[in-house]
Amino acid sequence: MSRLALRFASLGYLAVLLLAPVGFVFYRAFEHGFWPAWHAVTAPDALHALKLTLVVALIAVVANTIFGILCALAIVRYRPPGFGIVNALVDLPLALSPVVVGLSLLLLYGRGGWLAGHNILFATPGIVLATIFVSLPFVVREVVPVLREVGIDQEQAASTLGASGMQTFLRVTWPAIRWAVAYGVVLTTARALGEFGAVRVVSGNIAGRTETLTLYVQNQYEEFNAAGAYAASVVLALIAVATLLLMSRLRPKEETR
Amino acid sequence: MAASPQAAVALPRARLSGGAGLAVGVSTAYLSVVVLLPLAALVWATHAHGSWQAVTSKQSIAALKLTLLASFAVAVVQAIAGTAVAWTLVRDSFPGQGAVNAVIDFPFALPTIVTSVTLLALYGPRSPVGIDAAFTRWAIVLALLFVTLPFVVRTVQPVLIELDQEMEEAAASLGASSLTTFRRVVLPNLLPAVLSGVALAFARAVGEFGSVVLVSGNLPFKTEVASVYIFGRIESGDAAGAAAVSVVLLAISFAVLLGIGAFRRRVTRHDV
Repeated sequence: MSRLALRFASLGYLAVLLLAPVGFVFYRAFEHGFWPAWHAVTAPDALHALKLTLVVALIAVVANTIFGILCALAIVRYRPPGFGIVNALVDLPLALSPVVVGLSLLLLYGRGGWLAGHNILFATPGIVLATIFVSLPFVVREVVPVLREVGIDQEQAASTLGASGMQTFLRVTWPAIRWAVAYGVVLTTARALGEFGAVRVVSGNIAGRTETLTLYVQNQYEEFNAAGAYAASVVLALIAVATLLLMSRLRPKEETR
Repeated sequence: MAASPQAAVALPRARLSGGAGLAVGVSTAYLSVVVLLPLAALVWATHAHGSWQAVTSKQSIAALKLTLLASFAVAVVQAIAGTAVAWTLVRDSFPGQGAVNAVIDFPFALPTIVTSVTLLALYGPRSPVGIDAAFTRWAIVLALLFVTLPFVVRTVQPVLIELDQEMEEAAASLGASSLTTFRRVVLPNLLPAVLSGVALAFARAVGEFGSVVLVSGNLPFKTEVASVYIFGRIESGDAAGAAAVSVVLLAISFAVLLGIGAFRRRVTRHDV
């Protein structure tokens, strides 16, 4: 009896908070049929925003994946003295307000900043830097526990048998961590595509130039073009659903490996 | 278990010349440029402008107060609701459970600005269910509940899976009611996970911007949270004032992370 009550309470909470609003946005987007929504997301500014978002996310994901693998190796395998601070810094973007991230970049690269005058702000490089900052922790966080768990016996065996550092990494370490890396990449991609606050501060928010898809949603909504905002929201929500599917695909593989 | 930490220390000495140096060097340099340098610039700017007193302006105090209060309320609700959802996912079984489990991560994958638009569509001015929470403090709490949903569920769930049900059966067979069993047997085991999930949810809520910015209306002293206040200061060209309040948020984030880290170390030491 109490089990049923708990089940309905939990599912009700999820329905009211999550499913109903998201479902309703899909309804609103297609309220007047498929084509108005299609025209809204294929408007030139929307397409430019989508392209910019994809390019920025691609750069951020590649950079953070390479960094993530190296940093996880450094944290787990080498751990030089004083590296504890690195460990703490890696987590910071998870807990820090995106607006604070944006402002920090503004103060560093803006007028009077230490690195002023490199055309970074209000242009793609600034958007990339902001996105890299907020999506930095995910690959590291996924790879670290796996590296810890697999231990160093096999790596030691490989190097005793004369494998070089690179051979050991490619033949022994990489096969052990690749699913964790893949999972981290999915999380990084989702975070990078969806970043809003930090990008809003550093991008200048110029339609057709520095407007990412999330900024496009806000601008359309504030210009009372709800149809455009809903349509672009649905595109981003579909990307989120694809992310979820990938996550649930990758998770069991990681566990049964 | 006891041997591996020693071995992990012994190995790198032999190999630190090659890949190790690269890994340590590249990741330190990357972190310094991407994370440390901007944050240093933030703290330096606040210091250089002598704008610390900007934190104590009436409007920023009101924004910080509202942020902490709303985040605390959200953390409390999530502690209860998140544990209940995790319980339903692990101990209950019903058709469609796998789908519900997958949906939990949706708020993480959904861009925050889409969360804003989504919540306004159903609970805003043109609400089809007759609930218009837009531009109220309720809307802020709703948005924060949405974005922090995964944290407690995802920290409690694995602990609940690992938890041995024999203890609960023993308690029940000794005559404990199901409430007593939960309170005396299950809860103490779940508490560390609940607390670290709650702390993460709290930190996320304190800094949240995208999901709140459209729904809250951003009325100073009423519905303006700290991140939106900072954004407003930036937009009106007062970067120094924005920096001062940002440093407060940065300090809160650091404190929460250090707290979780210290707490985890203590808990794992007790386990071993």
